Amino acid sequence: MNLIRLRRCIGAALLTLVAPLAAHAADLTVSAAASLTNAFKELGPAFEAQNPGTTVVFNFAASDALLAQIAKGAPVDVFASADQDAMDRADAQKLLAAGSRRNFVGNTLVMIVPSDSALGLKTPADLQKAAVKRVAIGNPASVPVGRYTKASLEAATLWAAVEPKAVMAQSVRQALDYVARGEVEAGFVYATDAAIMKDKVKVVAIVPTTSAITYPIAAINAGPNPDAARKFIDFVLTPAAQAVLARYGFGRP
Amino acid sequence: MDAPVWITLALTLKVAGWATAINLVLGVAAGWLLARRRFIGRELVDAVLTLPLVLPPTVMGYYLLVVIGKRGWLGHWLQQSFGINLIFSWQGAVVAATIVAFPLVLKSARAAFESVDPQLEQAARVLGLNEWAVFFRVSVPMAWPGILAGTLLVFARSLGEFGATLMVAGSIPGRTQTLSIAVYEAVQAGQDDTANFLVAITSITCIAVLLAAGRLAPAGRAR
Repeated sequence: MNLIRLRRCIGAALLTLVAPLAAHAADLTVSAAASLTNAFKELGPAFEAQNPGTTVVFNFAASDALLAQIAKGAPVDVFASADQDAMDRADAQKLLAAGSRRNFVGNTLVMIVPSDSALGLKTPADLQKAAVKRVAIGNPASVPVGRYTKASLEAATLWAAVEPKAVMAQSVRQALDYVARGEVEAGFVYATDAAIMKDKVKVVAIVPTTSAITYPIAAINAGPNPDAARKFIDFVLTPAAQAVLARYGFGRP
Repeated sequence: MDAPVWITLALTLKVAGWATAINLVLGVAAGWLLARRRFIGRELVDAVLTLPLVLPPTVMGYYLLVVIGKRGWLGHWLQQSFGINLIFSWQGAVVAATIVAFPLVLKSARAAFESVDPQLEQAARVLGLNEWAVFFRVSVPMAWPGILAGTLLVFARSLGEFGATLMVAGSIPGRTQTLSIAVYEAVQAGQDDTANFLVAITSITCIAVLLAAGRLAPAGRAR
């Protein structure tokens, strides 16, 4: 290959690296809690249809992990968290756009077992049985469902008995996966997550939580697309979007 | 709930140490076989054994989860026959690290054995040594620098193994939470001080390993 062709090839290769960067002017980046994955993936195209020219980019993970990214300057427009704690910390770090925070759905905490479980577990108190070796719980340090679980178990004075058996999950979906694979005897997830894997897990108990589970959503101060951010938050509160969320099992905020 | 750093460090070294020891034996054996024995499908075997190096660690983690998990064929058999469950145990972390790092020593060992002059081995046979003696007294010492380099790579890779280990062994402080997973957890939880400390410990450990390795096989020594 002579030098001219080589230069042209290199130039073309460099262009393909740079070109995608120019096309993202109308992106809306939404960082949402893992439990919102399925519902938000359905709402994304609906929002795009109502707002042509905007592409919704989702980033799903445990709420604290998302907060850590935003705090370090990730270009996020909207943050939807699974508990008030993570959003309060975002507020304390002055990350939120003033007046944009809203509660938009509620959820319930449930205890699940693999669908072929023969242990006959009926309540969290049954986790004290010797036959229960491992329990999937979200890591309370970084996952809201873990915090709700720990608070509930502490209130029922079961945490000391369950903690040694706990396998800490990185997100509520990982806890769900552990139970679905049968690697643990029981786990704690949201009712909406259990519904996603109806065939692999069964709900044995609804766990009362010390505080109501409500999900807040807010726009991020330094987000690149603040107009679309506000529109998305308004969209999520419309009856049509709320109906979609209700279909996945989310409750009113 | 977090384990003290020293326990995490000891666990990480334990997992990496076991993975390195197992890989040294397996890698040298497989490397010698591929270098010195001709058989049909030799290159195919080499390619398959090198696969863990090319596949993303999460893919390896998924395969392992499916095979050695409670519902996998190997995991189910282990559970029924021996009551062993590798998932969420440090032994599972060793399995993950071993498989992911195996190609590193395989490639190095094979190349090292291929660079040993076969005439030297023939001379040893002529002089009356049996095959084991030829292997341990001629082949291995001559191939040693290459094998050692591969072993160091395996140790370094096992120290830093994250994706497959997280999927198979989980993140249980004190039992399966290695240093790289502990750093990830600390960053996720916004605990920057802990993360900084863990990263510093990991870096110092790696530098110490490299320095020790440099003394075992000084580069550029004439042979």
